[in-house]
Amino acid sequence: MLTKRIIPCLDIKNGRTVKGVNFVNLIDAGDPVVLAKQYAELGADELVFLDISATLEGRKTMLEMVLKVAEQVNIPFTVGGGISSVEDVDALLKCGADKISINSSAVKRPDLVNELSNKFGSQCVVVAIDAKQINGEWIVHLAGGTIATELNLFDWASEVEKRGAGEILFTSMNNDGTKAGFANEALAKLSTELNIPIIASGGAGSIQHFTDTFTLGKADAALAASVFHFGEIPISTLKEALKEQNIPVRI
Amino acid sequence: MKLVIIDYGAGNIKSIQFAFKRLGIDAVLSNKVDEIKAADKVIFPGVGEASSAMKMLQESGLDKVIPTLKQPVLGICLGMQLMCNSSEEGNTKGLGIFDVAIKKFSNSVKVPQMGWNVISDLKSDLFSGIKDKEFMYLVHSFYAEKCDETIATTDYEIEYASALQKDNFYGVQFHPEKSGIEGQKILENFLNL
Repeated sequence: MLTKRIIPCLDIKNGRTVKGVNFVNLIDAGDPVVLAKQYAELGADELVFLDISATLEGRKTMLEMVLKVAEQVNIPFTVGGGISSVEDVDALLKCGADKISINSSAVKRPDLVNELSNKFGSQCVVVAIDAKQINGEWIVHLAGGTIATELNLFDWASEVEKRGAGEILFTSMNNDGTKAGFANEALAKLSTELNIPIIASGGAGSIQHFTDTFTLGKADAALAASVFHFGEIPISTLKEALKEQNIPVRI
Repeated sequence: MKLVIIDYGAGNIKSIQFAFKRLGIDAVLSNKVDEIKAADKVIFPGVGEASSAMKMLQESGLDKVIPTLKQPVLGICLGMQLMCNSSEEGNTKGLGIFDVAIKKFSNSVKVPQMGWNVISDLKSDLFSGIKDKEFMYLVHSFYAEKCDETIATTDYEIEYASALQKDNFYGVQFHPEKSGIEGQKILENFLNL
């Protein structure tokens, strides 16, 4: 049986992890390669690296980091942040990234999704969608939730699926950072309406939240950052608990 | 040990090269017929769309060469699918090494299957030391039906062949290079065949 995936997300700036990470006694918790290896050993199913560098140099450093991660880590990983062209993706995949995620560049130019899936295959194209529920309607936002678009979450998700996205990473801006649980109602609707995997993101605070997002939210994978980085929820404990709830996980 | 990874332009082969590097083997990337023929072991990778990958093989003449190889050959993911008779993806012919057709998952499940699933009914030295129902990482929308050459099965919508073997030819649908320590063990087993 295909298992539900647990995905730690690491924010990267100029080749270093940004948010504090303190879940084990690491010599260098700012080194994404060290962290990635550690997470792979602790049972993470996949990893996501989000590049938040704003400079060209930062982007180059990111490529070097991707190469090092690919050299040393034996589980799949996705790279996102600042990707806006076929050339960007080509460079990342050549360095060994398994998947890439695009967000605002897809909203600005939806054909990019078609171009990437035609050239590299749907399996490596993740479309990340940040959305906020306003007066009952889920509106797609850009730039970390600061800029509203005119797109409805479900319409946009369905459109990128048709254009060739292989997976959707949905972050609820209402839930992100709250540690009060994932946006399960919207997730369940996405998962039912679409026929590609959905990754839940935003709101993880407890083990129950993960259980809920896999049952109520029908998510295929769950992504989180701080609960893993600060050791609040060890991945092994989480997976044991999910297994007890009859949720299929890889242990 | 001379290991060649066939480089015919289909998909990301860096990960496979790195996986062997972790095992202490410097794999050579090549599309040269002589170099491939002279290798001790050959990896036939592939990510992407079947009919265009098949076209690339035909353009380089490798479609004629691969089925004649005598050393152990391991097809991974699309590589395994191309070693079969045909694929519904782009309605293409395959290399015809494995006597089975590649079909598409229906819409009753999410497509692609993406993530960790188990392999069962293991029947090859390729899986020495690997326990039944071990987890492997898979990403695919098309699958090989169960057949006489099946050496592992996986369940997703139906029970299908997640690994095949005929003589010196091996194929795995999953990505051993991305399947943690156990995946690495399978690559090591291949080197020891």
